[in-house]
Amino acid sequence: MHELALADSVVKAALHAADEAGLTEIGRIVVKVGELQQIEKDLFEFSLTSVIPANEPRLTDTEFDVAEEPVRFRCRSCGSEYGREESSLTGEDSGEAVHFIPELSHAFARCPSCHSPDFDIIQGRGITLERIEGTETGGD
Amino acid sequence: MGIDPRSFVVEERLSGVARIIGVTGSKGGIGKSVIASTLALALADRCHRVGLFDLDFTSPSDHVVLGVDRSFPAEKFGIDPHQVHDIDMMSVAFFAGAAPVPLRGEATTNALLELLAITRWADQNVLILDMPPGLGDTSLDVIHLLPRLEFLLIGNGSRVVIESVRRAVRLLTELDVPLLGLLENMPRGEEGTVARLAAEFDVPFLGVVPADEGLEKALGDVEALRQSAVYGAVAALAEGLL
Repeated sequence: MHELALADSVVKAALHAADEAGLTEIGRIVVKVGELQQIEKDLFEFSLTSVIPANEPRLTDTEFDVAEEPVRFRCRSCGSEYGREESSLTGEDSGEAVHFIPELSHAFARCPSCHSPDFDIIQGRGITLERIEGTETGGD
Repeated sequence: MGIDPRSFVVEERLSGVARIIGVTGSKGGIGKSVIASTLALALADRCHRVGLFDLDFTSPSDHVVLGVDRSFPAEKFGIDPHQVHDIDMMSVAFFAGAAPVPLRGEATTNALLELLAITRWADQNVLILDMPPGLGDTSLDVIHLLPRLEFLLIGNGSRVVIESVRRAVRLLTELDVPLLGLLENMPRGEEGTVARLAAEFDVPFLGVVPADEGLEKALGDVEALRQSAVYGAVAALAEGLL
């Protein structure tokens, strides 16, 4: 389950951000999960809670807020914008490959208008730590 | 704030790896993949724990050199490299198969970061990175992401090669990236050109890997590869690198 590795990266990044912000407690971690990577929201929430380090006092009462973001592609050849359903990214193997490495959509997806593989993923690629909320040093 | 979390675990994922060596060359077709794969094989044959990571995402070929026909790696806490010929191996080819993988710069960076964040490298004496040609996005990304990285630079005396090798040495020197040495592969042009360039920049000259007409037939067959002149030359320098 490679979601655990990605969840681990989110928690590590959140702790780093808490250090930078001087937070003694992280109350909420807000994460965006892109549709392209096909990571189930519930599974990722479970993964996040599973990778919290033992004896980490800043994460004892942390809530995780995982929001999904639809994927959008923009074709570099003809300028069309389209979503996953229109991208011809439908095969089981191609879906699995993109699940591991979203950039492999360039190997399997094509622009529905001109069939080009030369596109940008303009939103909904993968995992992003949107923000953390918590208590600052010396705060209430 | 929108933080990409993946870079926060890259060093941890490689914490069991003692050395990271990027095998690079400034031109395509100079033999990076053959040297990187053969070096991994020679070190594994000498009981070193070795990883091989093919970073040429658009044209991966280490699996061709070593005759590896595998699909998706196993998933646990991340993904595990395939173990082949006692080498832990990772390649985009395990995911993409034979499909073309046309990637622009940002997509290349994202693919690299994703694989660095999710791949669980076991304890290794050395992880060999087979770099794509030139000093573009992937090279700059690994220099940035992997501060322990050392490079082995491949070239030959052909005038179209040696000028780009010189540029590469200058850049790596300027960026303070350790250079293990220059290796001459498939000699062409004036004899001694690569050795002189190494001396000019005070970089070790690692030797010459001869052109080997039998190599093409040995590709994909590790037993035949082990009998090749290329393997012999690479094995002779392998121990000295670690």
